[in-house]
Amino acid sequence: MSEQELNPVFEGVSPTAGSAKPDAILTADKVTRRFGGLTAVNVDHLEIQRGVITGLIGPNGAGKTTFFNLMTGFDTPNEGTWNFDGIDVGKLPAHVVARKGMVRTFQLTKALSRLSVIDNMKLGAMQQTGESFFKAFVKGLWSAEEKAIEQRADELLERFKLSHMREEFAGTLSGGQRKLLEMARALMTDPKLIMLDEPMAGVNPALTQSLLGHVKSLRDEGRTVVFVEHDMDVVRDISDWVVVMAEGSVIAEGSHASIGANQAVIDAYLGTSHDQALDFNEEDGEDA
Amino acid sequence: MAGLFMFPASVGAQDETGFTGQINVRDGEGGKVPIEGIRFVVEDGSGVVGEGVTDADGVFFIPVPAGTYSIAVDVDSIPEGITLRNPDRPQLDDLDINDGQSRNVLFPLLGEGVVSTVGAGGDGLATRALRLAIDGIIFGLIIAMCSIGLSLIFGTTGLTNFAHGELVTVGALGALLFNSTGGFGIHIVLAAILAVLLAAAAGGVNEKFLWRPLRRRGTGLIAMLVISIGLSILGRYVLLYLAGGNRQKYEQFGTQTPFEIGPVSMVPRDLWIIGLSVVTLVLVALAVQRTKTGKAMRAVADNRDLAESSGIDVDRVILTVWVMGGGLAGFGGVLFGLNQGIRWDMGFELLLLMFAAVTLGGLGTAYGPLFGSLIVGLFINLSTLVVPPEVKNVGALLILVVILLVRPQGLFGQRERIG
Amino acid sequence: MDWAGILSESARQFVGIQAMYFAIAAIGLNIHFGFTGLLNFGHAGFLAVGAYGLGVTVFWLEWPWWVGIIVGLLASIVFALILGIPTLRLRADYLAIVTIAAAEIVRISVRTTALADVTGGSNGLNGFNRDFTALNPYNDSFLGFRPDQLWPLTVGWIIVLLSVGVTYLLMRSPWGRVLKAVREDEDAARALGKNAYSIKMQSLILGGIFGALAGMIWVLAQGSIQPSPQDFGAPKTFFIWVAMILGGTGRLWGPVIGSMIFSALLQFTDLTLRGAVSAGYIPEWLMDGVQVGQMRFILMGLGLMLLMVFRPQGIFGDRREMALDV
Repeated sequence: MSEQELNPVFEGVSPTAGSAKPDAILTADKVTRRFGGLTAVNVDHLEIQRGVITGLIGPNGAGKTTFFNLMTGFDTPNEGTWNFDGIDVGKLPAHVVARKGMVRTFQLTKALSRLSVIDNMKLGAMQQTGESFFKAFVKGLWSAEEKAIEQRADELLERFKLSHMREEFAGTLSGGQRKLLEMARALMTDPKLIMLDEPMAGVNPALTQSLLGHVKSLRDEGRTVVFVEHDMDVVRDISDWVVVMAEGSVIAEGSHASIGANQAVIDAYLGTSHDQALDFNEEDGEDA
Repeated sequence: MAGLFMFPASVGAQDETGFTGQINVRDGEGGKVPIEGIRFVVEDGSGVVGEGVTDADGVFFIPVPAGTYSIAVDVDSIPEGITLRNPDRPQLDDLDINDGQSRNVLFPLLGEGVVSTVGAGGDGLATRALRLAIDGIIFGLIIAMCSIGLSLIFGTTGLTNFAHGELVTVGALGALLFNSTGGFGIHIVLAAILAVLLAAAAGGVNEKFLWRPLRRRGTGLIAMLVISIGLSILGRYVLLYLAGGNRQKYEQFGTQTPFEIGPVSMVPRDLWIIGLSVVTLVLVALAVQRTKTGKAMRAVADNRDLAESSGIDVDRVILTVWVMGGGLAGFGGVLFGLNQGIRWDMGFELLLLMFAAVTLGGLGTAYGPLFGSLIVGLFINLSTLVVPPEVKNVGALLILVVILLVRPQGLFGQRERIG
Repeated sequence: MDWAGILSESARQFVGIQAMYFAIAAIGLNIHFGFTGLLNFGHAGFLAVGAYGLGVTVFWLEWPWWVGIIVGLLASIVFALILGIPTLRLRADYLAIVTIAAAEIVRISVRTTALADVTGGSNGLNGFNRDFTALNPYNDSFLGFRPDQLWPLTVGWIIVLLSVGVTYLLMRSPWGRVLKAVREDEDAARALGKNAYSIKMQSLILGGIFGALAGMIWVLAQGSIQPSPQDFGAPKTFFIWVAMILGGTGRLWGPVIGSMIFSALLQFTDLTLRGAVSAGYIPEWLMDGVQVGQMRFILMGLGLMLLMVFRPQGIFGDRREMALDV
């Protein structure tokens, strides 16, 4: 794979942690999340550029998924504020954040197994008239909308090559197909920012290229993508920008090339004290 | 068929519910002279519900079911030469009777030429509150004993065991079976020990033959919850089938002479219950804290997979929890039976309170139930100062609702991570 | 043993009063558990709230019975809110605990002497269905049901059909789709912009309304309300659960068929046991008259356990579609 040339929008952006972006869609300030004595997330300042693909990488336990949870309202921080598209979404519940256009997928795919594929897709559409309790009774109020939604769903299924599984229960799909379904379903929400949590995890290599192509097409449609990934080839292939987290904080940002050469990043992945003798504390019969 | 232990309806707690008192006057030398023939009338909102007359010992007893009443002395029945000390107070109102309670009422009398004495055991608010608080602590200790198992079973297996109340009843009824003259006729102390063993065994059987196989099969927790509800019904009605519907009592330690500690009167039974519960709970706390099994229990309750990969035999720990929980519940049942009589659904009555206590303290913790139970016991007993006794369990629901709104993990529990 | 009598009497229960109001109640419980995954173990509380709402309004305030119905429905909405607000954001078990407790509280409250002025205390209420019975067009018996039974039966079964219709319309709509999604995975639904808490509350309210309706039609049929544990306590809730699971949760007609079969089966068991006892097949020392009545609960508890272990999807259910992991 060839290295991507730096997206021109990043011309002049400093490759430092917390750097300002020309047109940030998501800005986070002083976001912290502690669990007991452990600090899972401690992000001082982070800006996500609109309309590009940003990769979020870092060793296990770096706080990436927790950060996703915080941004999208699935978790509450101890401190911090963040703006999405100019709106303060800090106190909003998860479903409202999704309605505002910031949508996320999950590390362990949440394909709703007991719904059919097409129902999964139709679920994704937002602000459906038929979802309101009283209006649901009168089919006439929502049937036209439902047809339009179904059409859009079928188009997306076509695009993601899932049309042949349309009527099947989502539980019968393979792992890779579920990833596609989740991505397609997220697209039904017409998101401005889509946050993919390890979209390639557990996907066989043959399917990876296809998924990568889909992710790129999201950007080409004008959406913003942030994705968490461990596979460096994937990151190098599609990221316009890379953000590195370790131990809860953002330690580096930049193009893939500059990240690869960054000493702090290398240390975070390999560990700084690998040339010191390991030191064990004696456990003296303390209670667990 | 084991059937048919139809325990004879013993002269029991049923007969003890109502108003009682002893009317006497002091003679010149300070001795007491009982007055016979004084009539009392008990009424509630709908009219007269009972009356009684003092016997040759000056004692009267008017049985009424649990509720709120007023009791009045029939002034015309007071013999010549004796008058009420407070003639404008021939009636006492808003007195609560709880199940199993013989409530003493006092109507000070003056005899001709007799110096009036100050009676003890008046029904002042402070005295009532103190008595209720003591009852609340006793009740709380009983709930604590019964609910430790419930909390630990949830902690180690994730099961909300709706059949836990039946383990309590098994203990109480088991002791009755061993103790009553229609059963084996063994002294209650020995019968209690046997009953605890029985309940512990029941807990173990539950785990070994029902829950473990279901876990192996991969049955989900919600399905198991529903199954436990089915088991609860099955167990309760089998017990009803075998034991009949009457409230019963143990042969020993039934009616006791009260003695005074300060302003309140207590019976020796109360002290025994408090003492035994405290000792047991302390021993359990020490066991959980210090012994290897106790630590293993806490480890499994905290994080089962981690405990397993550390080499802990999780199945054995779970079995221990069930046996211990069952035994404790059974013991709690015996104490509950001593305190308030034995009935087929006594455990189920307690179940809601147990849930309130455990939720308050923290579902899954070891110490949570203790504090939660004491608070629940005190709260619902003291609440009878303002609400009728038959609705006092509402207090437990209120605690439950408030805790869930404010701090759902309880006092000692941990909030779960989302996502 | 009079098998012919036993069988015909049991068969009548397929369409009898108990089957009828159980069906309505079970439809409501099915919305709670079958379609939404809510663990409501206090459904009898909804029946009580509806029944007393109706009874108190008509008996004391002497308002028309249809106003009583509205009061009962409003009361059930309030009850659902009280149950749902603290618990719907938490784990499923908490709703189970709170609903059991709340139903017990309702039952205790309606029989306490302190509130007897309103609820009639332990005597209950009666005589509030006069206007309802006055509308009865039937004069003759039919299928062994008396005219005074045929009227509530007709009304009741019509309500059953309407309830199924309402459920059908809802579950085939986008609203129903969201409900199924929330049942399966709340977080996935929230990530797609669905307000999970709100829809669970709507479901709780809707199912509660069916429960209140069931309570109301039942006491209208009886003509009286008795606050006994059998009537409005835990046993009733569990009966309805068994009826629902038997028919198949999450299915449209499951609760109706389940209630019909359950009522007939219960009657059959009762009559057979009584017949066996009085004919001497079962000796008196093994089972007396009182214990026959208890037998139904023993069998029901056992039945629930066996159903959940071996056939949780009931008669018509689809194991793949079940709300719980079985």
